[in-house]
Amino acid sequence: MAKKLINVTVNGKSEERAVEPRTLLVHFLREDLHLTGAHIGCETSHCGACTVDLDGKSVKSCTHLAVQCDGSQVTTVEGLADKGVLHAVQEGFYKEHGLQCGFCTPGMLVRAYRFLQENPNPSEDEIRVGMSGNLCRCTGYQNIVKAVQYAARKLQSATAA
Amino acid sequence: MIPPKFDYHAPKSVAEAVALLGSLGSEAKLLAGGHSLLPMMKLRFAQPAHLVDLNGIADLRGICLDGDTVVIGAMTVENDLIASDLLRERVPLLGEAARLIADPQVRNRGTIGGDIAHGDPGNDHPALSLVLDAQFVLQGPNGRRTVAANGFFLGTYMTQLEESEVMVAIRVPSFAKGTGWAYEKLKRKTGDWATAGCAVVLRQSGGVVTHIRIGLTNLAQTALRAEEAEQCLLNQPFNEAAVKRAVAAAMAITDPAEDLRGDPEYKRAMAGVMVQRALNNAWARSA
Repeated sequence: MAKKLINVTVNGKSEERAVEPRTLLVHFLREDLHLTGAHIGCETSHCGACTVDLDGKSVKSCTHLAVQCDGSQVTTVEGLADKGVLHAVQEGFYKEHGLQCGFCTPGMLVRAYRFLQENPNPSEDEIRVGMSGNLCRCTGYQNIVKAVQYAARKLQSATAA
Repeated sequence: MIPPKFDYHAPKSVAEAVALLGSLGSEAKLLAGGHSLLPMMKLRFAQPAHLVDLNGIADLRGICLDGDTVVIGAMTVENDLIASDLLRERVPLLGEAARLIADPQVRNRGTIGGDIAHGDPGNDHPALSLVLDAQFVLQGPNGRRTVAANGFFLGTYMTQLEESEVMVAIRVPSFAKGTGWAYEKLKRKTGDWATAGCAVVLRQSGGVVTHIRIGLTNLAQTALRAEEAEQCLLNQPFNEAAVKRAVAAAMAITDPAEDLRGDPEYKRAMAGVMVQRALNNAWARSA
């Protein structure tokens, strides 16, 4: 059960740590790196609160081993804002009231961040499918959809400009 | 929840993975996408002393053509099935059905080989493999062998895959021109397993069914091929009466387990609805 040395680039910063093979990515982020944005929700890959971006794909960090991330790039919700300026998806959730209790929000934001790169100009249906791996028990999703639409518009106009 | 302790191995080739399985013995489990195994380990339903991670083996990923057969690497993830132009052209059922599996994040990790080799009757690829006449390429200490999907699934979590073997690829014949297909899956919500699911592949000639496969998901200890139901339609004109007979024959072989999705009676009834819809949709797409 020897620990393994891994090197992971998290939010642009190279991090080298020795981890037990059984350490889940979400625990590595929260407990070793003190990045507590990714939340531990259902722990069985259903709720999406632990969603992070791993090498350009959305994954549920509760169902991924940290040791598997050696050499990978990880983006968490802490990595979305740029020098204190909110990312468009964060601004969208703020402007459109895309949260109430906020527990699901980090996962929602990181998923929306990747989804809008996969599909920059989505329909409402496509947003609902694209965000279907993230559960919210407060909002009824309506404002989350609006928040993603807001972010899509903002990112599109930034691309056009 | 944190999994029990284990040693981690990351082979770079199938041969290396097979050698590890040989030296570690029955204490080792293969790790594919991990979306069944890791939750089972957290819950202590599985406590392997060694995990052999297949994710670093590049040869196990990708979709290519071998003559008229589509060859899918066992570690190809669901989202890659959805994105594949080759599959859309040759075996459109697979990408379409993959959209009904789990959710976008899980589809970035969950693999077709893992879904099949796990032997869970709730997984979708077993029934899909049955209707596609798929063959599985397995590599063990004595080399490779190819086994048909039909007969591969022996019981819940039991398949013909030996402990010493790694599933390498899934071989699927391209659809002949005019083939109709459908996968109907009743589920309570995104990410759920099927309450009842039915896959159909069929061909016709002048209104008569000339080829038919019917597969059932999560309605017994394993995925089922509904051969009696197929016989109700094969070489017959496709009409409401024939569909009704096939639906009854398919329902008759189901043996669903009671769980939060419903009792056996409800699930069997829903199996009938899924079979009927899948048959009609596949028929409408056939030519």
